[in-house]
Amino acid sequence: MTHWFPISISTYGGDIDRLFYVILVITGLIFVIVQGALIYMVLRYRHREGRKAYYIHGNTRAEIIWTAIPFVIVVFIAAASMGTWRDLRDTSRFPAPDVEIEVTAKQFEWNVTYPGADNRLGTEDDFTRRNQLHLPVGRVVHVHLGAEDVIHSFFLPEFRVKQDAVPGMRIPVWFEATQTGTYTLGCAELCGLGHYRMRGTVTVHEGAAFDAWSAARGAVAFDDETDPEGRMATAGASARSAHSGH
Amino acid sequence: MQSTATMDAPLHWAGHGEPQSFMRRYIFSTDHKIIGIQFLFMSLLFLLVGGILAGIMRWQLGYPSQPMPGAGVLPETMAVDGIILPEFYNSAVTMHGTIMVFFAIMPLLVGVFANYLIPLQIGAPDMAFPKLNMMSFWTAAPAGLIMLAGFFVPGGHAAAGWTSYPPLSATPEYSGVALGQQLWLISLIILGFSSLMGAVNYITTIINMRAPGMTWFRMPLATWALFITAILVLLAIPILTGALIMLLFDQTIGTSFFRADQGGSPLLWQHLFWFFGHPEVYILILPAMGFVSEIIAAGSRKPVFGYHAMVIAIAGIGFLGWIVWGHHMFQSGMNPTLGMTFMATTMVIAVPSAIKVFNWLATMWRGDLHFHVPMLNAIAFVAMFVIGGLSGVFVASTPVDIYLHDTYFVVAHIHYVLFGGSLFALFGAITFWYPKMFGRMMSEALGKVHFWLTLLFFNLTFFPMHQVGIGGMMRRIYDPTQYEFLAPMAPTNRFITIAAFLLISTQLIFAFNFIWSMFRGKQAEPNPWRANSLEWSVPSPPPHGNFPAMPQVYRGPYEYSMPGEREDYMPQHVPAGMPASSPTPVHAG
Amino acid sequence: MDHTASVALDPRRPMPGMGVYNMKLGMWVFLLSEIMFFTSLIGAYIILRFAHPDAFAEPGEVLNVPLTALNTFILICSSVTMVKAFAAIQQGDQAGLKRWLIATATIGALFVGVQAYEYIQLAGHGFVPAVDAYAAEGRPLYGATFYTMTGFHGAHVTIGVLCLLFVTWRAFRGKYTAQSYGGVEIVGLYWHFVDLVWIILFTIVYLI
Repeated sequence: MTHWFPISISTYGGDIDRLFYVILVITGLIFVIVQGALIYMVLRYRHREGRKAYYIHGNTRAEIIWTAIPFVIVVFIAAASMGTWRDLRDTSRFPAPDVEIEVTAKQFEWNVTYPGADNRLGTEDDFTRRNQLHLPVGRVVHVHLGAEDVIHSFFLPEFRVKQDAVPGMRIPVWFEATQTGTYTLGCAELCGLGHYRMRGTVTVHEGAAFDAWSAARGAVAFDDETDPEGRMATAGASARSAHSGH
Repeated sequence: MQSTATMDAPLHWAGHGEPQSFMRRYIFSTDHKIIGIQFLFMSLLFLLVGGILAGIMRWQLGYPSQPMPGAGVLPETMAVDGIILPEFYNSAVTMHGTIMVFFAIMPLLVGVFANYLIPLQIGAPDMAFPKLNMMSFWTAAPAGLIMLAGFFVPGGHAAAGWTSYPPLSATPEYSGVALGQQLWLISLIILGFSSLMGAVNYITTIINMRAPGMTWFRMPLATWALFITAILVLLAIPILTGALIMLLFDQTIGTSFFRADQGGSPLLWQHLFWFFGHPEVYILILPAMGFVSEIIAAGSRKPVFGYHAMVIAIAGIGFLGWIVWGHHMFQSGMNPTLGMTFMATTMVIAVPSAIKVFNWLATMWRGDLHFHVPMLNAIAFVAMFVIGGLSGVFVASTPVDIYLHDTYFVVAHIHYVLFGGSLFALFGAITFWYPKMFGRMMSEALGKVHFWLTLLFFNLTFFPMHQVGIGGMMRRIYDPTQYEFLAPMAPTNRFITIAAFLLISTQLIFAFNFIWSMFRGKQAEPNPWRANSLEWSVPSPPPHGNFPAMPQVYRGPYEYSMPGEREDYMPQHVPAGMPASSPTPVHAG
Repeated sequence: MDHTASVALDPRRPMPGMGVYNMKLGMWVFLLSEIMFFTSLIGAYIILRFAHPDAFAEPGEVLNVPLTALNTFILICSSVTMVKAFAAIQQGDQAGLKRWLIATATIGALFVGVQAYEYIQLAGHGFVPAVDAYAAEGRPLYGATFYTMTGFHGAHVTIGVLCLLFVTWRAFRGKYTAQSYGGVEIVGLYWHFVDLVWIILFTIVYLI
């Protein structure tokens, strides 16, 4: 029954995990100290015949110390978090995109639009796949995230990516995969009846394979195909019919 | 100021017109103590409902789509052959949160104890506006009934989460829920009026009706916490009411405040909701901190360490609570620069909480600790609140929150604060003030069994949720087995479910103790805990009008173990040189 | 046993409060919550308007500003008459109290009447809060925010008029004196507050 982070396969996943461990160490130490002190008090000062409590109302120096120390610690954690946050979310610090795709969420599917041969969105050769996010490894990907109906949340656990998809907004997300393979796309914001099965597959390919696939507007199969196009579509349809069944 | 003394509401001291008919005395009573007890019964019932809903959720998560024992009684719209339907699961998620926050914890903390304690602790005969107080309860009760009615309407109850984010909540076509969501909105709007009436009453009473000698810095910390809480309620609830009204208009008459397809802004709701919602979080913990301060001081036979720092910390939390709401929205698409600002304020709000923890520890330091049931629960509060506070630091860090947001890590965090914190404090507070309310002691033995089992099962339920969250499991999903990467967590989810059912079952001990002690409990003295504040100077239960005559206050509320005194406590109303156990003054007129 | 005898047992002994009687303090506290309520509505309006400037019409394009300016003047007059009523009872002038209370309630009702007339006029031109009717104009947000803000203010004025009528009824029964005028004072506080809110609403909804 031990679960921990899924593997990290984005360039910045390690930064997030590292920050987590920094906080884990700090809070872990505080946890041990405070709970240890509590247990000590409980054992050491439990009632005994003839014990009389020490009459004291407080101590200004102690108050100043235990105000200042937590303050310094939280300011440190906030400062340590700022850089990563800006790298991830401040659009002016985004690395230039190699590939731009558009992800539009709707109940209960992810529609991914690829740029096609010209590698540009909004042109005629764009094409769309449902619940299939194909990505090239080692390239900066910009996702333009939108939603058609309600709020969804674009969650790639292995990439350490989560961003709400909000109707009426087009929210930029970037990431770069570091290894090929098949990973998870999930919805992390309650979006209605089918929320729990609003999932897709992320497949990270070699760059050349992705280019060939994209240039052919998805008409060719991947060499490294792990999830043929038909299966996800059928799975989506059967889930839908299962839903209308009850 | 034009005020004249003659404008003061007439004061009722004991012996003046205690209403005799049953209806006026127990149902439509204007006595703050009866109203507090009415809230107590109501919110304990809702606590039970909320717990059952939690059980339903846990079953589905532990045993996805397997028939739940006993679920056969549910109508076809909720479960088929005992298998929980996703529609009902979403309603259960929504209503567990709504009921626990608005109809269980908040009324337990504020409705019960602000009503019961404030006049008694400040030496007042009743609230400033007793009739308004009665209306406050009789507004809350129908709101509760409307909320429960939602379960039985076509389309089921609201299913958009307790935060009810639009457009899902605003658009029946998307949620499949129309009437249920409307009842949810109407119920909360009505409940808001109840909370407002209460808040106006508490604030006015504390400012204007303190007994002679009860200066601001002689007020017990419970009253201080309730005072700051009342201010938060007063200012936060109207924001929610405004938002609820706009959402109701979106739902019913087709306006488009929050509906993007008509130009509205879904994020506007989140800003309004959390601008209310984060003060609400502190509404749900500040009173608990106040009760714990009372109990730890009395249980340690020692003055609260750093009383002034405690008051400043409460006020500081009350103030900072207004500028941290955006930390619920780091991943919402809000401007990332705002996210940094909210991260900074959020980190800073950890400081006053830390001050309080250190002061509780220092209060116990070199004390004479008596581990009665209230004290055990108060100590558990400190221990659990520390865990909840520390796990909050992870999600306060914006980059870490990217991954942990909307996972079970957050579920674990809020339950360590709301259950491990508020509810443990409430078990302590109910046991502590029970003798005052009902004139009998709760069973110490049953209380201890309940405490230890609850502490054990609570941690077995909620601690593994941190791990499941780190593993990436999202909140509010009906069936985690849909995701391949969550499949290895099935055994942990089952473990949590078993612990949760044991936790829920353990509460039956409390329920039994609560009811049994009312009839069979040991008769309570006026001051069973040998505590100092004014409520312990009067009989248990206190008569109508509370005090035989206006009490005079001579000192602060935590004068325990004063050097040179024979007793280890010195009540606020006893003049210097008199024995601590001096009988309460008799009615002099 | 007798130790409390030395301290005053008189329950009417002033308490360490703010020197403001309960009802008045309670009204002040209540008005704070009212400020927050209107803040949520006005805040929503401001945010939506900044986000979608096109969805809102220029001042005077849809709304009848001169009519509402007149109505604003009417409401301000009612605040003046309210002050007069309060001044009258402080002097013990019962006839003046009744006269000015009736005037205030009447002018308040007139304000609500003009607002109702304005609504009917606007609705006649197709300006309504529901989406379907005027989605073609592309201004669903404008109607929703306009009617919500002014409507809730109108409801507050209406409640104020009812309270004024109640106070007037009590005035006719001789319940207020130069020493005891709490009811007049607190209804006055509420009335001035509602007036003040209108001046803010008029400025941001009609003029800006």
